[in-house]
Formats: sequence, structure tokens, C-alpha cells
Amino acid sequence: MSAGVGVDLENLWIRFGDFVAVRDANVNINGGDFFSFLGPSGCGKTTILRAVSGFLDPSDGRVLIGGNDMKGIGPNKRPTALIFQNLALFPLMKVWENITFSMEIKGASAKERRKRADELLDMIALPGQGDKLPSELSGGQRQRVAIARALCAEPDVLLLDEPLSALDLKLRQHMRTELREIQKRVGITFIYITHDQGEALTMSDNIAVMRAGVIDQIGNGKAIYNDPATAFAASFVGENNVFRGKVKRMMGSEALIETNRSGDLVARISSANQGRLKEGDAAMMFIRPEAFALAPDGASGDHFVTARVNHEEFEGNTFNIFMEGEGGKELKVAIPNLGQSFEDHTGQSITLEYEAQNAVVVPAGELAAE
Amino acid sequence: MKNLSLMRLSIWAYLAIFFAYLLGPLVIMSITAFNSPEFPRATPWECLTFEWFSALFQDERILNGIKNSILVGFGTVVLSVAMGLAGALMLTQIWPKLRATYYTIIIAPILVPGVVIGISTLVFWDRINRMLGLEADSFLSNGLFLTVIGQSTFIASYCMLVLVARLQRYDMALTEAALDLGATHAQAFRKVLLPFMKPAIASAAVLAFLASFENYNTTTFTFGEYPTLTIELAQKVRYGITPAISALAFIIVLLTVFAALFNEANIRRKELVALARKEATVEELSTGKFKMPGFLSSNWAAVGLVIVACATVVVVGTATVYSPQQCIADVQEQKRLETELRIQELQRQRELRRQQQEAEQGSSAAPAQSKPAGNDSGFGNVFAPSTLSGDAEEDAGKPEGNNSGFGGAFAPNTLSGEEGSEGSGN
Ligand SMILES: Nc1ncnc2c1ncn2[C@@H]1O[C@H](COP(=O)(O)OP(=O)(O)OP(=O)(O)O)[C@@H](O)[C@H]1O
Ligand SMILES: [Mg+2]
Repeated sequence: MSAGVGVDLENLWIRFGDFVAVRDANVNINGGDFFSFLGPSGCGKTTILRAVSGFLDPSDGRVLIGGNDMKGIGPNKRPTALIFQNLALFPLMKVWENITFSMEIKGASAKERRKRADELLDMIALPGQGDKLPSELSGGQRQRVAIARALCAEPDVLLLDEPLSALDLKLRQHMRTELREIQKRVGITFIYITHDQGEALTMSDNIAVMRAGVIDQIGNGKAIYNDPATAFAASFVGENNVFRGKVKRMMGSEALIETNRSGDLVARISSANQGRLKEGDAAMMFIRPEAFALAPDGASGDHFVTARVNHEEFEGNTFNIFMEGEGGKELKVAIPNLGQSFEDHTGQSITLEYEAQNAVVVPAGELAAE
Repeated sequence: MKNLSLMRLSIWAYLAIFFAYLLGPLVIMSITAFNSPEFPRATPWECLTFEWFSALFQDERILNGIKNSILVGFGTVVLSVAMGLAGALMLTQIWPKLRATYYTIIIAPILVPGVVIGISTLVFWDRINRMLGLEADSFLSNGLFLTVIGQSTFIASYCMLVLVARLQRYDMALTEAALDLGATHAQAFRKVLLPFMKPAIASAAVLAFLASFENYNTTTFTFGEYPTLTIELAQKVRYGITPAISALAFIIVLLTVFAALFNEANIRRKELVALARKEATVEELSTGKFKMPGFLSSNWAAVGLVIVACATVVVVGTATVYSPQQCIADVQEQKRLETELRIQELQRQRELRRQQQEAEQGSSAAPAQSKPAGNDSGFGNVFAPSTLSGDAEEDAGKPEGNNSGFGGAFAPNTLSGEEGSEGSGN
């Protein structure tokens, strides 16, 4: 296997009439990476994928695969294989014919094709199912056939457009690990599209977070989760509590935020915004539910938050406390269940504590829709 | 309760009337194909005969018409299915805002009267022919070419309608998937889209063939040296029809029934196979040894098909050995007797009249009651149910001279043409 073929998007713009679907995207995807585009529905993920696979021409900018500009090269000439959002298996062909369609195109004999199909069917754990029709398979099996069909074409880059979205939760989780394993085994570049942050985090080497045609942040799962570059990235990936305010004072890599409701709070400036955030700027501070701990009543300072408890729930691994928050949104706190006793605080006002490095501040911006 | 049953009764009555209206003419016409009189009629039943079928197969013009119709039919199928498919594909590809306009334009030929299409095809290609400076017998003015072109003008629209319906259920992502896997556009079309369209293409082809086969309005302007069956029939009917045409119609009806049953049986068979596939295990599938349903099992259409096929074989078998000569001879004999009786009657009347005239000349006093009596019997003969009015008149006119010619006209082997000439000879 090759070390993998990288994909680069350079200043990529895609417009439909006046509508800008992708705005100035710059992405470098390393060969052999599992790279995800993560974003809400309609943000332009499929559009980017179609530009990479050759079904759409960029309005501006370039798509490079393995360093070669793909301009003017049709989808059938690119070293990519796309797994469609709806799979697009050929309904009239048997499973083995579907899988080896790319070989048929090249004129391989039925015997060769049959042999290759059997190998791939073994790989996707569907041995002996080659003679069925796609309509005779379950959703998850169809999924795997689509993967086998794409792999049979021996692409350098496999493009997957939300391939798991139609599956139920159990199967989705199973397929996640399976996909990741397949990727490791074949060693080619996977570009994966999803609006499910759990999927992106668990599978990807690197993730690009997209919002309305714009790429907000690129980084590995940890960076995206712990060190969001924008308010959107912070609110879209995982659960997060937002505190609005403005920068009161800069303190090196940290800042003191004058929040609208909770007094002055200290937080780390996310690395993308170091040196860019100035005193007086409107800012947003994010603290994850699990970053809070209960503090003694009456404690105050720049890393304490006090609020009334609306209700509580026990989730098994955590106790969840929902408190009055900003703009009608509740503040969520998750205390890990370590067997300690836990009294009901409903109706009371309690104080919480956090460490400055677990709170992150970014310039004020658009939040992800709930 | 009573109301309800009345309702049901009237629905059944309605259905019965409706089907009688639909199928009655076909049934009556089919019966006339087997009855021996030379004018197609179902009653009175004279003799069972298959002569009209052999008459049909000996009629050069009909056979030639069928041949031309089939040639034109195939040409039209190829041309209009291809054009219809292209039109349908275009409809799915075209800029959405233009779609409605495009649709209207492409459907328009269906709304234009066939006569207009026929004339305009003729005029248009004649122009082109002259513009290219070709002779009057060039390919562009060939009857087959013009008929195929003229018919396809509107039959292609029918085909497009059928194909569009199927194409709307086609997922364009399938073509993209094929391209993505390395297929060229031509390969994607041939290996993915075309197989998907196959059932609709078959329907469109059948529709196109039938529409072409039965077309008269357009063809009548364009057929040139190649009269199709409908043209030949129309020309024949002008000189009077014989049950040979009923025989042809009967064959067409029978073929239709065959095709319909065959199609139905096939559909049912596919359903059963799909069901069997679903129930088969993986090993059975891969070895292809899963239990295939028998062709006839729980498939009424297949049973019907076999029954009709057997019936046809039996009838054809009977036809080759069956000879209606005796029956026809009997009927002829009976008719001859009737005619003789009538002639005698007429002679008697004449004799009577002569005697009367003589008597009148002899004595000026005239017995008034004898005249109407003679007239009465004459009327009775004219309106006798088994005689044609034409024959009766001729009989009345020239009773003696007609006798031998009359017998010849009823001979079973004479064709309508011969009969016509003899009739005029009389
Ligand atoms: N052919 C087109 N013409 C006009 N607008 C389009 C076209 N294709 C996509 N768009 C628009 O571009 C935007 C991005 O679409 P895209 O399909 O890339 O979304 P997505 O991120 O894949 O969403 P989802 O998660 O729902 O699949 C959408 O607002 C969509 O309306
Ligand atoms: Mg999409």
C-alpha cells in the first residue's frame, strides 16, 4: 500500500447562482488520514465532497489530489470513490455485480470478478451473500456492500457522505469501529462527512468544523473539543455552557471576562484567538458541564458561579444539575458519580467552581442551533 | 339491506351492459368469421366454415398490407422509442424553468390531428426532396420512409410519456455512482440506466407498434407504394366486405388475448420468483438451487394461456380436416328449393295475370279481388328473412335467367371479387 494520497483544497469557492455554498475553504488532508467534515445540515459538506469527486466544478480555487490539480478531470478519471448519502447501489444487479462494477467497466472476466467479490465480501463480513439483490439485504449490510463496491475500485481517496445516518444507533456505533478498522487495513485516505459530532470525534484523525459554507476550525478531536476556535465550534461539538460578556482585562494567555450575569470570570483564551482578542471585545466563555465542581456556599471569586437550581436528574454515571442560565437557556452541570452522597438542591441557590484552564474564551459569535 | 342488494344488482347490471358494449361487437364479428354466408353476419347461422381464413390467406393485397404494416411498425418502434427516450432524458436534464414549456412542445404532436401530420409530413419531405434536387422516386419520397417518419412524429410523444413515468423513479445518483466507479457516460447509460428503463422501453415499444399498426389518418397521406393493412382494408370495404375481414379481425383479437395473458403470466411468475428468492437461504441462492415455483402453480394467467393455446391448436387441427361441403350443399339445396318455389309462385302469378288480362280483353267486367292477392305473395317473398333484398329484387326481375348464376354465387369457394363480377354480369 502507498503511504496515501493527500487532498488539498485551496481557496475553494462554490456558488449556486448568488448563493455561496462554500466560502474560501482551505484544507490540507494528509495521505492516509481519516478526515471528517463536521457541520449541521445544509452547511455545504456534500458540496465540498462533490467538488472533490468531480461532480461539481469549483467556482474559484483549486482541488488537488496527490498534489495534482483536478481541474477538467471528470469523476470517472479521478482516483476517488464516493459512498453516496443514499448509497446508490444498483438495484438490478446482484451484490457481487454491484461490488465489482468497477472491474466490469475495465473488462474483467466474470470469474475474476466473482473471486474479487468473494474476497471483499469476506472482508465486510458478508460471506456468501453475493447472489442476493441489494433489496434483499438489511440496511447495515447494504452499507457494507457500498463500502466494498467503493474499495473494489481501489481508489486513493475514499469519500463517505454520511454513510451511517440511515442506520439505527446500535448499528451506527458498530459500523464506526468497523469503518475505522477498514481504513487502517487499506491505508487509504478517508474523507468522511457527518453532522454527528460523536462520529467525527471517535473516528477521525482530523476534523474540519463547518458552518454555513465556512470552515471554522481544523484540528484533531481533542483540539476541537478542548480548544474551540469559534463560538460555533464550541457550541456545536459536545455540550457546552455559554457565558456572554466582554473582555475586561488580559492576563497573559488568560482573560478576565465581565459576564452579563455571573460577575467577572476568568478563562483561558483559545489558542486560535491568542493575541487577537483585545480588552473591551465582546466575548463568549464556554465551560463544559463536566468541568464544574460543587463549591462551599458563599464562596466567591473569578472562578465561582452561583445560580438557582431548576431541577436535577440522575443519569447513572453522572448527576446532572440544571440551573438558571442566560437567555432562558439552562446551565448544565454534570457531577461524576463516584458513590458519594448527593443531596437534592432543587430550588436552592448553589455555588460552582471551575479551573480557569477548563474554561475557554472566544470572540462573540453565532452559536450552533440546538 | 334491500337497498343495498338493489345497489349491487344495478352495479352488476351496469357492468354487464358495459362489457356487452365493449366486447359485443368483437364477439359478433368473431362469429361472422365462422359462418358461411358471403356477407359477414352472425344470424341466421348457416354452416360452420373455416373458408374465410383460407380466403384471407390467399388474398395478396391483405397479405402485402400486413407485411407493410409490420415493416412500418418496426421502423416506427425503433425511431419513436429512440426519440422518446431522448426526449424523456432531456426533460430530466433541462433547466427546471424551461421544463413546462419543453413538455408542452414535445406533447403537442399528440394533440395535432393525424391528418394534419400526414399532410405536413408529405409536404415537408417533398420540399426537402426538391431542395436536394432528388428524383420523385428518391428515398425521401419512399412510402415506407414517409410513413415511419410521419407516424413517429406523434408516436414518439406517446413513448416519451411512458418513459418519463419510469425515469422519474430513477435515482440520478446511480449514474453518478457508475461514473464515480470509472464508467464512461456511455457505459453508465448502457449498464445502469438502460437496464432500469427496460420494462418501460418494452411497454413503449408495444404501444408504438400497436399505434403504428392501427394508424390510418396519417398513413393515408404517406403510404405511397406501400399500402399498410389499414389502408388496404379501407380500400376493400369500399367494394363491399366479406367475412375474410372478420377472420382477420378474429386473428388479431386472438393474438391480443395471447399477448395479454402471456404478459400477465410473466408478471405473476416474476412475483412468485421474487417471493421464492426471499425465502431461499444463502446457500440455495448461491448454488441457484432454491425451489423455483412451477410455471402453472398459483398463476391463473399461465393456466389461461395454456388453455387458450390448446383451444387454438384444437381449432386449427379441426379446420384442416373439417369440410363444410355437405352442410353448404344442404343449405344450397334448401335455398334452391326455396327459389324454385318462389319461381313457381311467380310463374303462377304471371299465368294468373295473363289469364286475367285475357279475361278482361274477353269480357269488360273485371274481378277486382284477384290483383291484390297476387301482390301480397310477392311482398312476402321480398321480406323473407333468409333472402337479401338485392337477390330478391333480381329474382323478381329475371327469375328464369338467374337460376344458374344464382347457384354459382352461393358456391363456397368463390371470392368476393368473383361474386362482384358475376353480380354485375347479371
Ligand atoms: N444544485 C444546487 N443548487 C442550488 N443550491 C444548492 C445545490 N446543491 C446544494 N445547494 C445548497 O447548498 C447548501 C449546502 O448543501 P449541501 O448538500 O452541501 O449540504 P450538506 O452540508 O451536505 O447538508 P446535509 O447534512 O443535510 O446533507 C444548501 O443550502 C443547499 O440548499
Ligand atoms: Mg449532504
